[in-house]
Amino acid sequence: MTRLCLIVLLLAATGWRAAAEALLIRNATVLTVTKGTIQDGSVLVENGKITAVGQNLSAPAGAVVVDAGGKFLMPGLIDCHSHTAIEGGVNEGTVSDSSMVNIEDVLDPMDINIYRALAGGLTVSNVLHGSANAIGGQTVVIKLRWGKTAQEMLLAGAKPGIKFALGENPKRQGYTPPAVLPLGRPAERRFPGTRMGVEDVIRQSFVEAKNYQADWQVYRQRVARGEHPVAPRKDLRLEPLVEVLEGKRYVHAHCYRSDEILMLIRVADEMGFKIRTLQHALEAYKVAREIAEHGASVSTFSDWWSYKIEAFDATPYNVAILTRKGVLVSVNSDSDELQRHLNLEAAKSMRYGGLSEAEALALVTINPAKQLGIDDKVGSIEVGKSADLALFEGHPLSNYSKALRVWIDGHEYFDRDKDLETRPDFERKKRALEDKDNGAQQRLPTRR
Amino acid sequence: MTKLFLTLALAGFYCVAAPAAESNSVLIRNATIHPVTGPEVQNSSVLIIDGRIAEIGPKLVSRGAIRTVDARGLHLYPGLINAATNVGLVEIQAMRDTVDLDEVGLFNPELRAATVFNPSSEHVEVTRAAGITSVISLPGSGSRRASPAGGILITGQGALMHLDGWTWEEMAVKPGAVMDLLFPEVEPAPRQGSVAPRPGSPTPRPYKEEERQYQARLRELSEFFEQARRYQKAMVAGGADFRRDLRLEAMIPVLEGQQPLAMRAERERSIRDAVAFADKEKVKIIIADPREIGGTGPLLKERHIPVILGRAFQLPMRDDDPYDASYMLAAQFYRAGVKICFGTFDVQFARNVGFEAAQAAAFGLPREEALKALTINSAEILGVGDRLGSIEKGKFGDLILTDGDPLEARTNIRQMFIAGREVSLESRHTREYEKWTKRP
Repeated sequence: MTRLCLIVLLLAATGWRAAAEALLIRNATVLTVTKGTIQDGSVLVENGKITAVGQNLSAPAGAVVVDAGGKFLMPGLIDCHSHTAIEGGVNEGTVSDSSMVNIEDVLDPMDINIYRALAGGLTVSNVLHGSANAIGGQTVVIKLRWGKTAQEMLLAGAKPGIKFALGENPKRQGYTPPAVLPLGRPAERRFPGTRMGVEDVIRQSFVEAKNYQADWQVYRQRVARGEHPVAPRKDLRLEPLVEVLEGKRYVHAHCYRSDEILMLIRVADEMGFKIRTLQHALEAYKVAREIAEHGASVSTFSDWWSYKIEAFDATPYNVAILTRKGVLVSVNSDSDELQRHLNLEAAKSMRYGGLSEAEALALVTINPAKQLGIDDKVGSIEVGKSADLALFEGHPLSNYSKALRVWIDGHEYFDRDKDLETRPDFERKKRALEDKDNGAQQRLPTRR
Repeated sequence: MTKLFLTLALAGFYCVAAPAAESNSVLIRNATIHPVTGPEVQNSSVLIIDGRIAEIGPKLVSRGAIRTVDARGLHLYPGLINAATNVGLVEIQAMRDTVDLDEVGLFNPELRAATVFNPSSEHVEVTRAAGITSVISLPGSGSRRASPAGGILITGQGALMHLDGWTWEEMAVKPGAVMDLLFPEVEPAPRQGSVAPRPGSPTPRPYKEEERQYQARLRELSEFFEQARRYQKAMVAGGADFRRDLRLEAMIPVLEGQQPLAMRAERERSIRDAVAFADKEKVKIIIADPREIGGTGPLLKERHIPVILGRAFQLPMRDDDPYDASYMLAAQFYRAGVKICFGTFDVQFARNVGFEAAQAAAFGLPREEALKALTINSAEILGVGDRLGSIEKGKFGDLILTDGDPLEARTNIRQMFIAGREVSLESRHTREYEKWTKRP
């Protein structure tokens, strides 16, 4: 109860949104990402969209003007792999193909990590299931509209996705080594227990999906002919896979090793679908050519490695190799913490492989936008796009920089100054709540 | 002129030699020198002879066959120190066979990280490629629930290691630099690695139970120190029935104030209790991996107790903490007058300690203090301020040549010297890069 009260308080304290019709941010170094850098640049926002970008823009009457002298304005950061705002567990771990479950049903708009991520300049997240199952579940793209409902956070028009997983994680429940067995859970063995089994689950599911698709096609043809056939039984597990086959749903596949990446590409070729993103894909650099030929893209970590054996051939140069070999790459977080500084994760690609500033920035803005099929809406500072903007104190690729203000659709969702201003009052209210909660008891020393 | 060509050619040769060119004398010329303990100097030179810094000045000339490195346009910094890692003791986190942390038992002060430091670990090269010339390797992971027997208090001795050498013996700068102690904790904060807590991770226990456990652990700790003191007396007395006990013997440097206890204490209360414990036992302590400062600043300042900060890139401990609580922590200790240095308390991200410090600098820590906290402060806190941590005469030639601020990811580390030897900046990661870039 206390937690709920505190969150509500926090929402009230931090969920300000200047609902200005027009907003002019001026005198900033504008990093458009797609159209170069504009010194002393201005960005005009009207009705949530960017309507002008350039120097010496003048503010329409009634516009809110933000003087950003000496600061850097960039498009809001986009995370192509997030588990933030998921209520409860991230895995429906009882079956190997749990494509019927949907993240949309369990979005938690009050997850404090949404606000924390905003405070790092993040505005869009691809929210995915975990990687316990070969086929995980349906995914959604959200905008971090803190203070709004789960429904209002969905990015309208973003194509839904589905999470696949290859390698160690999906096969783990097939052999359940005691060392990783959660406390108190019986050692159940569940197919698959090998990478071969993982491939098999995916192939089998798609064979079923194709049969299911064919049944419906026959049914529809017969209806069209004026017949009255019995409709096939609706299958919520196979429907999303049919959507994949029909190009209506993106495949986001968790993977590590080059062999399994190639395996999935060949399965996709066989079954007639496209892999949209290979997630993590720490060995993608070994099969860059095949990935590029298939038309898949890669969303990876900046420098994670060695935490498990399938991550031991990782190299932070992965991003650079893939970029040079023509693969679209983004850098993601997979973490409530890391999503708070994706700009700094992108900066590492300059050290590891010598990407340019523009290429580095693209890794966390326009590239993930392209991967999610939302690059017509977000991912760069261009006229016509949503005003998802992050103002940084210094250059966002500098480790000494930090986000100061963040807008989504032209509404302000984070302002560091306001956050700092509200802290004393927030602390006071928090203590009052705690005192009330503790009643007459002496406050527990560890709570403070 | 011929000589210049020769030295340049030699420099080229040494660049690719691995693991270490055996010459430990070198003249580095025309660099912008950042001594850390003094102001930055343009166009100056450092002469290293037999591994130690012999001279610093604008117009040094090479002596005899000592090779010269022309560092025009580059910056020379002391090598960075990561004051808390598990480098050398962990290869692949998820594979227990490759992990040598968290020995069974409550008290293991006689265990030595130095002697099991794997000099061939891939993490050595990967970590030093980021400009880190030495690390503390701790024998514990920091997890308070690591042992199925119900806890660990003293995990063993952490070693200060150079990230170069053919054997652990050659790498060890100070084998018993610190004694790693997990101070008891009520309600331990969830370990926030990069991965979300997995289902099945222990559920919090009721407060009363935690408190009882906490008090029990404190008692056990006091009793162990009492035991060690008796042993110390018996040893000094040297009676005929005195029998050597390795476990208790290992505590003597701690009791004598020679070896600091790296007390891992997360919360205000445990920090206070750790300080009270140190007062009572009259031992030297360092607070390690704190998650908050609370009101402990004056307490630490007054007693000159330093702090090894853990990762800035962590989530706040509580849902209702300020979003930047972990980012601000270093600045809070600094402003309280506490001497700080940085560690990462892990192996995977040991190379990123510079970025952790920079993040602290973005949130209030002065930049020059961030650099000090990675160099001279760490050296002083670890008792090797006379040998490491700055570019000063007499110190180890632990140096990095960079094209900018080493705390910035955009900066490249160009060359590295450890005790005067140029070491390769190649690693498994660069080798994969080179190999696979060539794939048609």
